[in-house]
Amino acid sequence: MHTQSITIQEQIHRIREQFPILKQTVNGKPLVYFDNAASSQKPQVVIDAISKYYETINSNVHRGVHKLSQLATDAFEAARKTIQTHINARESGEVILTKGCTESINLVAHGFAWSILRPGDEVLVSALEHHSNIVPWQMACERSGAKLRVIPMDHRGVLDMVTFAAALNARTKLVAVNHISNALGTVNPIAEIIEKAHAVGAAVLIDGAQGAPHTSIDVQSLDVDFYTISGHKAYGPTGVGILYGKREWLEKLPPYQGGGEMIATVTFEKSTYADIPHKFEAGTPNIAGMIGLGAAFTFINETGIATIAAIENALLQYATEKLQEVPGVKIYGTAPEKASVLSFLVEGVHPYDLGTLLDQMGIAVRTGHHCTQPIMDFFDIPGTVRASFACYNTFEEIDTFVAAVKRACAMLL
Amino acid sequence: METIAEKQATITEEFAFFDDWMDKYNHLIELGKNLPLIAEEHKTEENIIKGCQSRVWLHAAQNDGKLFFTADSDAIITKGIIALMVEVFSGHNPEEILAADTKFIDDIGLKEHLSPTRANGLVSMIKQMKFYALAFANKN
Repeated sequence: MHTQSITIQEQIHRIREQFPILKQTVNGKPLVYFDNAASSQKPQVVIDAISKYYETINSNVHRGVHKLSQLATDAFEAARKTIQTHINARESGEVILTKGCTESINLVAHGFAWSILRPGDEVLVSALEHHSNIVPWQMACERSGAKLRVIPMDHRGVLDMVTFAAALNARTKLVAVNHISNALGTVNPIAEIIEKAHAVGAAVLIDGAQGAPHTSIDVQSLDVDFYTISGHKAYGPTGVGILYGKREWLEKLPPYQGGGEMIATVTFEKSTYADIPHKFEAGTPNIAGMIGLGAAFTFINETGIATIAAIENALLQYATEKLQEVPGVKIYGTAPEKASVLSFLVEGVHPYDLGTLLDQMGIAVRTGHHCTQPIMDFFDIPGTVRASFACYNTFEEIDTFVAAVKRACAMLL
Repeated sequence: METIAEKQATITEEFAFFDDWMDKYNHLIELGKNLPLIAEEHKTEENIIKGCQSRVWLHAAQNDGKLFFTADSDAIITKGIIALMVEVFSGHNPEEILAADTKFIDDIGLKEHLSPTRANGLVSMIKQMKFYALAFANKN
């Protein structure tokens, strides 16, 4: 049995109550939702913020002179401000609304391909990246003639910082690394990466898809050039995300898309562009999504990112120990600094089979390559089973999960 | 020799015997474990069915006008599903296979219990079996 402190259990209980979806059963069993690294559930305050927007102030932003448009604009910009404060950006203009991390990364990759990268330049990514932080850079390199290089990792899923330092040179224009690995849970030493990259004049983009929900972010003290956030992985709605960028960079990069909202003046001869953030927000934005995302960050702040991290670390530690009881289990990702992700295989058991049976028992996990095929190739495996935790998960759920893994393996072997 | 429709009815009856889906899965797993081995020389890249998340190899050979399928997968539940398909279609001539439906999949409720990726894989598997039947029908 688990011997977690009453305080942590009470904290989880108070948080969990705010998530209506967790009260349901799946396949006749109480839902155990361990697929948080793919998408987290939404607290009532986020759902309410979206409903309230549509019920009371729905209208287009930044345009109308009428009352509803003003209220919608205020709510939209207040959400931007909440996120600015949360990540400690200098100004709200540095907080760009996107569809998610993928679009945030594509926006920067596009801009670099168009106006920064030249033949012979280099872009560095890490062996731990999600496809969405690999493919846009491959495309940018193809277009510009730059070269993509990879920072290797070891068998624990820890980046080789010596090789990284040696790979940096005057041709390195950008380093793109995730804050926390979605497949292995490794927390990367991003402060050190940023410092070393800056020393050779390279910009740094941190993919914060897994960073934002689990840890505090201070873009100024990190001195990071770009930081990307996916709303739906951080208790917010789907289809919204954030690109944080330093003003100097965002001014340098060309617009990603053209349209309304992003212009200052338009004539058939030439258009001039609006200041940031609007320069990168062509068209009517996802207003309800942005307001929902603001509510999600308010939820994170009110719960306390330190509390969230403490709960998730306790869950991860407990699950890691408990899972060792399963004969033949092997955990992938054993970095000393890990967050919230437990990727594993059981000898002789295909991850899809295990995932299918866990689903029958009401347990949602992810199976497969987790959009990180190079990591799976590194370990020479078809994929893993991944349990990923959020601050509303309980120690009892981990007991249920481990018992279910044992039952499934007994059937499969 | 049972017809394809009769074989499907038998399988549906077998599955109806189990109330709980864990038991139905257990049955599928047992079928998977008992699936006769495919000859190693047929486990080639070109015999891999595209559209399956786990790897599936399917081979067909004709004997006395009838098709006989052998198959394998690295996932055991997938192997169980393959075993059902092989049981239903093996030993019939190409025309019978082309004309047959796969109603038993809906009848046993398998499709709704499969993840979308696995359901797509099942569709690919059926397509490939029918494709073999078509190829042999044309050859004949």
